[in-house]
Amino acid sequence: MSHAPTETSAIFGRLSLQSFPIHEPILIVTFAVVVLLGTGILAAVTKYRLWGWLWREWFTSVDHKKIGIMYLILGIIMLLRGFADAIMMRLQQALAFGGSEGYLDAHHYDQVFSAHGTIMIFFVAIPLVAGIINYVLPLQIGARDVAFPFLNNLSFWMTAAGALLVMMSLFIGEFTRAGWLNYVPVSNLQNAPDTGPDYYLWALQIAGIGTTLSGINMVVTVIKMRAPGMTMMKLPIFVWTAFCSNILVTAIFPVLTAAFAMLMLDRYAGFNFFTNDLGGNPMMYWNLVWIWGHPEVYVLILPAFGIYSEITSTFTGKRLFGYSSMVYATVVITILSWLVWLHHFFTMGSGASVNSFFGIATMVISIPTGAKIFNWLFTMYRGRIRYELPMMWVVAFMLTFTVGGMTGVLLAVPPADFVLHNSLFLVAHFHNVIIGGVIFGLFAGIDYWWPKAFGFKLDRFWGKIHFWGWVVGYWVAWTPMYVVGLMGTTRRTRYFEDPELQIWFVIAAIGVAIIAVGIAAFLIQIFVSIRNREQLRDTTGDPWNARTLEWSTSSPPPPYNFAQTPVVHDLDAWYDMKAQHAERPVSGFRPIHMPKNTGTGVILSALALVLGFAMVWYIWWLAIVAAVGLLAVGIGHTFNYDRDYHIPAEEVTALEDTRTRLLAQPAGATA
Amino acid sequence: MSDATHTHASAHVDAAHDGGDAHGHGTRRGYLIGFALSVVLTAIPFWLVMTGVLASATATTAAIVGFAVVQIVVHTVAFLHVNPRSEGGWTLMAYVFTAVLVVIVLAGSLWIMYHLNTNMMPMPGHVEAASGTP
Repeated sequence: MSHAPTETSAIFGRLSLQSFPIHEPILIVTFAVVVLLGTGILAAVTKYRLWGWLWREWFTSVDHKKIGIMYLILGIIMLLRGFADAIMMRLQQALAFGGSEGYLDAHHYDQVFSAHGTIMIFFVAIPLVAGIINYVLPLQIGARDVAFPFLNNLSFWMTAAGALLVMMSLFIGEFTRAGWLNYVPVSNLQNAPDTGPDYYLWALQIAGIGTTLSGINMVVTVIKMRAPGMTMMKLPIFVWTAFCSNILVTAIFPVLTAAFAMLMLDRYAGFNFFTNDLGGNPMMYWNLVWIWGHPEVYVLILPAFGIYSEITSTFTGKRLFGYSSMVYATVVITILSWLVWLHHFFTMGSGASVNSFFGIATMVISIPTGAKIFNWLFTMYRGRIRYELPMMWVVAFMLTFTVGGMTGVLLAVPPADFVLHNSLFLVAHFHNVIIGGVIFGLFAGIDYWWPKAFGFKLDRFWGKIHFWGWVVGYWVAWTPMYVVGLMGTTRRTRYFEDPELQIWFVIAAIGVAIIAVGIAAFLIQIFVSIRNREQLRDTTGDPWNARTLEWSTSSPPPPYNFAQTPVVHDLDAWYDMKAQHAERPVSGFRPIHMPKNTGTGVILSALALVLGFAMVWYIWWLAIVAAVGLLAVGIGHTFNYDRDYHIPAEEVTALEDTRTRLLAQPAGATA
Repeated sequence: MSDATHTHASAHVDAAHDGGDAHGHGTRRGYLIGFALSVVLTAIPFWLVMTGVLASATATTAAIVGFAVVQIVVHTVAFLHVNPRSEGGWTLMAYVFTAVLVVIVLAGSLWIMYHLNTNMMPMPGHVEAASGTP
């Protein structure tokens, strides 16, 4: 602790007036904008008296559909923050050549790239994936909610608390400069005595609790809550991929938590797990975070594969080609993803035998992934393909992701990796697979399930601009990075000597501007669709002529999802029901037993946020208060027996009658 | 699959308690056998160490690890009721999956860290730290 930059006071810890970055014009402007927008939103909510409604209907809700939508809102807001970081980096690298130093100093630039990676993975990709799984999975298996509805609410708010802590680091103190995984030795106490790594560690530990609990919840939901008749080999393919993804979450996040906990002990209590002396070993940190890190990319990509599969099958009007091979490929990837982590540090000195094993294992994993690509292609083959927005994303994904997959196999060859390690080629590779695989899939999923969630389709015109902005922008931004990376340009670099490289970075900056158009179009698309919702309205509940159970109920679904539990006889249960002309039950409804909303998740997460902030700033008294509060509220909640209620049969009948009338209308008669 | 016989007439609250699956709460006999085996499997390592029957310390260590592994299996079967029938086989599958991952992670980490330690050149700081000089 001798390196601590400032004195710690009893009341404010190491928080002082110097902690606020008032000398940084960029941050001052950002802060002003955030304050203006924030005040505007808060004022509007107060003016229209929405606080009570927000609290009762959304914040305390244990309904998986509402929690899913909140996850998506969180992910989209954080996407804007992470993308702002991306623009700053592209601008800096396009400017900082020859005599120019660019506009960011090294200290600030390092925080920007660390924050970009951290936010994009932990607070954009994970919440968006979790949001779609939350919304869709219980509906696809014919359930009324997840297995542990309160835990679901708590998971969301823990993730939100972590995101908030990262955002606070923007205006109070600093964020880490040690990369998106907070690498030692840069993040060791002696090298980073400031608040940066502590913000990182506390934010991710809090969010990690949420993600782990959510993983357990979804695994149990799939095992225990499937509709009668839905055996494992009749599960919709998205449920299979989400199931495997959440098994991975449950297995890997404890590793990350343990690694972070050890680094916390190093930084707070003078331990030496990852220090350079006294028996510590920084390489062990890399080993542990990548045991988490590699399966994590499959946590994100598997549900995206599931989304593509559902969309391909729906918009070609065919059963998915090779369903069982798709399932086995998913399970094989789940296991193999545990055997490849060393390829993230081939150059660390593990030698030929270790490198060969992990190199070959990495190449093997491309086989089940390749099989999936062929499954989608054969599903499309001789199908009646409808190029609606979701299907456009699928085609863009297959063209983009395949290139990323091939550069991945290239990087899996250890000798090649010795050349390309730490270069922009690698950075281009993982943006290729994460943007081209995960992000395209999430947008496809949003376009596909939006009508289910809100009862109207998304606007096609702005959707196309969104689509082309992302697809063209991706290629313009990242192809130059492949080129300069192959030439040996290193990643995380703020300033370049060689003026010949500048043109590539200027092209990349143009690419990011095109992506910005795509993101703006996405927001406009949502806005325009809400405004024109009456023209875009779908009353059938099945606007795409789809195949799985979520489309058998109304859009948006009633709080209880299904008035009577569906019985499944075949894969693609809803397609089967339509083919058999199954009658929708219109009478004989009974009261439905449902879980009750609770504010405990919000309160616990707020206390966790306070605890994290207090620990970052060494405000010990506040940390103790928050920790005691957490325990008290947590134990107190176990005595809350008022957990469930029944939706009366009359209410169910009224809701179902409304749907019966809507289905009888001419607009709905096409179904 | 026993889930096919479930009737989810009401929400999750019931689902957690419905009796379609065999939860396997065990029998008195099962617990007693488990207890007896645990005592024996704990006593033998103690006896090995206290009397020093085995010639080398390495052999003793290996024996203790061996007994510990058997002990884990006994606890799993007798007290955690992991068997092919409980929860329609999910318990056993989850257990095997976890075991596979733990073995991969431990063996892989040991293998990797061993190679890193032997291949990388010692740094001056390391030599000092190893010899105990601050």
